[in-house]
Amino acid sequence: MSLDDLDRAILRALVANADQSTTRLAAKLGLSQPATWRRIKRLQEAGVIAGRRLQLDAAKAGFGVTVFLGVKLATKGRVSLEDFERAVGAIPEVQSVEHVLGLYDYRLRVVARDLADFERVLRRRLMTLPGVGAVEANVLLSEERRPGPI
Amino acid sequence: MLDDVDRRLLRLLQVDPGRGAPDLAEAVGSTPARVTRRLDLMREAGVLLGSRISIDWRALGYAVAVSLRITLDKTASRAFDEFLAAARLVPEVIEIQTFLGRVDVRLSLIARDLADYQRIYRELILELPHIADIEALMNVATIKADESLPL
Repeated sequence: MSLDDLDRAILRALVANADQSTTRLAAKLGLSQPATWRRIKRLQEAGVIAGRRLQLDAAKAGFGVTVFLGVKLATKGRVSLEDFERAVGAIPEVQSVEHVLGLYDYRLRVVARDLADFERVLRRRLMTLPGVGAVEANVLLSEERRPGPI
Repeated sequence: MLDDVDRRLLRLLQVDPGRGAPDLAEAVGSTPARVTRRLDLMREAGVLLGSRISIDWRALGYAVAVSLRITLDKTASRAFDEFLAAARLVPEVIEIQTFLGRVDVRLSLIARDLADYQRIYRELILELPHIADIEALMNVATIKADESLPL
């Protein structure tokens, strides 16, 4: 779908804070409450607003370490990809799994309480996954999300 | 420190951030006032930061997503700061992360198609300061992306 300036302003506001009421958002944008609501509804129906996500401070919630892993599969074939994806997706510490093209086959985002806990997850859960070959780990130091081209 | 009830509340909110206090109270066997108090305390402690919407860029016509893994030339003293400041000015960059490891910085980049990606890569990314090396990983499929914590 194509966006106009008001749609873009609504998206920018909700990406920053989705807890605000439609009434407050409408007042900020100089729109009526029903007009704002209709626009949000339309953005949801078009699939542009994919969902709402809780924001937690991972470190303060007890997860001090986030690691990105590049994983290369040792054996390939349709079955091994499916087995790997099913198994890795079921690990609670694995927050995201992306199938990628390039130096690695998969990119994983993993959280742990500390480095010792990460080592446990890596050894017991990740290195034992079906088909895992080379693994590269990078420990996250800082992260920022940008609004993107809206 | 979080106790079991706090963690249960956060687990429920991770699934649906829109759940109200009365509904949450029923789920954890408490009262709406107590639940509100717990959520307020977690906000004050900086554990609970709020919620945000996630945008599906494909629905807006951005079909290509690439992860750029960048190694910086650390001989320049302000390499990190100058690189990050310049990367923030590229509109198609939706995430910036810094790392301890073989890779220094990762940028998540979106583009409308491969021609658009090539344009952004040549005109904007390769112009960023202090780059020593870049590797690109192209997203083929996202298998899991909830990013919830195993509380």
